[in-house]
Amino acid sequence: MTEQGLVLALIALLAGVATAPAHASGGATVPGDPAQTDLADRASLQRGAKLFVNYCAGCHSMKLMRTSRIAEDLKLTQAQVEQNLLFTGAKFGDPLVAAMSVEASTQWFGKAPPDLSLTGKARGSDWIYNYLRGFYLDPEARIGWNNTVFPNASMPNVLWEMQGMQRAVFEPVPKGAHGAAGHCKHGSTEVEGRCFVKFQSVAEGSLTGEAFDQSVRDISAFMEYAAEPAALKRTRIGAWVILFLAFFTFLAWLLKMEFWRDVH
Amino acid sequence: MANVLTRTADNVATWVNDRAPGMMPFYRKHMSEYYAPKNFNLWYYFGSLALIALVNQIVTGIWLTMNYKPSAAEAFASIEYIMRDVEWGWLIRYMHSTGASAFFIVVYLHMFRGLMYGSYQKPRELVWILGMLIYLVLMAEAFMGYVLPWGQMSFWGAKVIISLFGAIPWIGGALTEWIMGDYLPSDITLNRFFALHVIALPLVLLLLVVLHLGALHEVGSNNPDGVEIKKGPKGNRWSSLAPADGIPFHPYYTVKDMVGLGFFLMICAFIIFFEPTVGGWFLEHDNYVEANRLVTPEHIKPVWYYTPYYAMLRVVPHKLSGVLVMFGAIAVLFLVPWLDRSPVRSHRYKGLLTKLMLGLLAVCFIWLGKIGSGPGTDPVETIIGRVLTFLYFMFFITMPIWTRLDKTRPVPERVTTHD
Repeated sequence: MTEQGLVLALIALLAGVATAPAHASGGATVPGDPAQTDLADRASLQRGAKLFVNYCAGCHSMKLMRTSRIAEDLKLTQAQVEQNLLFTGAKFGDPLVAAMSVEASTQWFGKAPPDLSLTGKARGSDWIYNYLRGFYLDPEARIGWNNTVFPNASMPNVLWEMQGMQRAVFEPVPKGAHGAAGHCKHGSTEVEGRCFVKFQSVAEGSLTGEAFDQSVRDISAFMEYAAEPAALKRTRIGAWVILFLAFFTFLAWLLKMEFWRDVH
Repeated sequence: MANVLTRTADNVATWVNDRAPGMMPFYRKHMSEYYAPKNFNLWYYFGSLALIALVNQIVTGIWLTMNYKPSAAEAFASIEYIMRDVEWGWLIRYMHSTGASAFFIVVYLHMFRGLMYGSYQKPRELVWILGMLIYLVLMAEAFMGYVLPWGQMSFWGAKVIISLFGAIPWIGGALTEWIMGDYLPSDITLNRFFALHVIALPLVLLLLVVLHLGALHEVGSNNPDGVEIKKGPKGNRWSSLAPADGIPFHPYYTVKDMVGLGFFLMICAFIIFFEPTVGGWFLEHDNYVEANRLVTPEHIKPVWYYTPYYAMLRVVPHKLSGVLVMFGAIAVLFLVPWLDRSPVRSHRYKGLLTKLMLGLLAVCFIWLGKIGSGPGTDPVETIIGRVLTFLYFMFFITMPIWTRLDKTRPVPERVTTHD
């Protein structure tokens, strides 16, 4: 390997390390399906906004997200926003604030539901996608629901009308050799000391599996956008910036070759 | 018309030269008549790139301060204000956050270049020492900068790192309080870190960079062959006294560095526009949650550029020893010019042993970095971390031995290759 190759190899190695998830909250969840959100899909973001307001914004705020900014970014008119996204008496231009008061929600759920402005960044859209699909009936849980991604969450399954209801099938963790802690079998994952195998539908919802997944994907996409509205803009102009830099580099290379012709 | 312009320009130049006669000689000494070896390769881009990264941090930093609020109550929200409501604020902030990591990447590659080609050997010890001081100040600068967004990792990272000073016997507890101005990182800590981050340390950094370059230009640049071009034959196209293998820094290396800069900016732009958090490596997920002294994050870890040292701290079971090992790992780098006993500079004219040792150092550093960024709960990983820490120190402690043991080949009188 040449020295020039070595520097490229080192950079590639660093890039390789970097592609591994750096942190649990950006990493594995159970189930661990990729959300496959697409911020360029405006219809998906618009549906996500509507679903978020209908199903999430009753309890959760997005204090950093103004409704006027949503209208601007998602190409909605003021009338559309007022009809579809404003229910709490808020005015066009106000931030998305939960309908429920903090005192009431603290009393109901034990703690105030967190603000979701930055959850798309703090948790990531994959986490949100799996979390919203990971609710199951659990008679032992205080609120009757539990979650495979976030065990013992204080949140009930607000999407149950769409999703229907499901039970989670668990198996005990197998004993390892010589009494050591074992590992879950292939295809199942450990959640809170048990092996999660699969979900089992108990009651049908208004949406079939795939249509429900798409709705959850839309919510995840909207939350990903809300955590960083600039993402829409930066991905749009990024390619042009890199194209310009490529042209600059080409010119710089030509200049270098011209100057260096007389270096022997 | 052109005549008038050239005449005016000439007149202005004469006017200034009459009043500052030292300016043109200064320019010639450092640019047009600074003779650099003509055989620099890819590794030699990282010095100029580090300078560009520093300029980027200063310029974007100035613009960030225009909207950032250095108070515990407002800092987190002001960052989001920059990201959402300030025109192009997101771009300036991503240029600053990506710039910080890019700075460390080029600095690490720049330092490794020095190790590969023995650039610290006599007479360049001072260049190396000043460079190490830059690295040290850069780490302090980046640490304080990371506290400013006042996210969970800012707060808890600051708490963990400052508490390291608490391991110092007798004065430790008082010292941590003195650093923070409080019992926990708080408003006053944030405010003073802001002052140090935007004024004090950048001034020190700039001074050290000037000294680093000044010291370099006194002794001249090393090169991939480790040939001392000043001791070689004299006379090139520009001067009969200049080294035959030297070419004027300007314009030859200024145009060449522009090509390197182009590639560097393309990589940075790709990150800034398409993956600014780099999966949690450049901007950590937990820092999107506002600092909360009542909620400890699941894993507290510093940004990637500290993780090799953080891993060393964690794998050593005793706190004070861990702190000593961690700071020792940085301090030992200062000694490299005196630990290397090889008569030859560049690894090109050394044997296999040197190449293996350098490879080992790189593996230790990157692997420790990976361990330091993980949760640190795997006992096997802890053992590996201890072995790697041991090997890291062995590289330096046994350096006087293996540099003498390794066989060398005669260094040619002239540099061999160039692009």
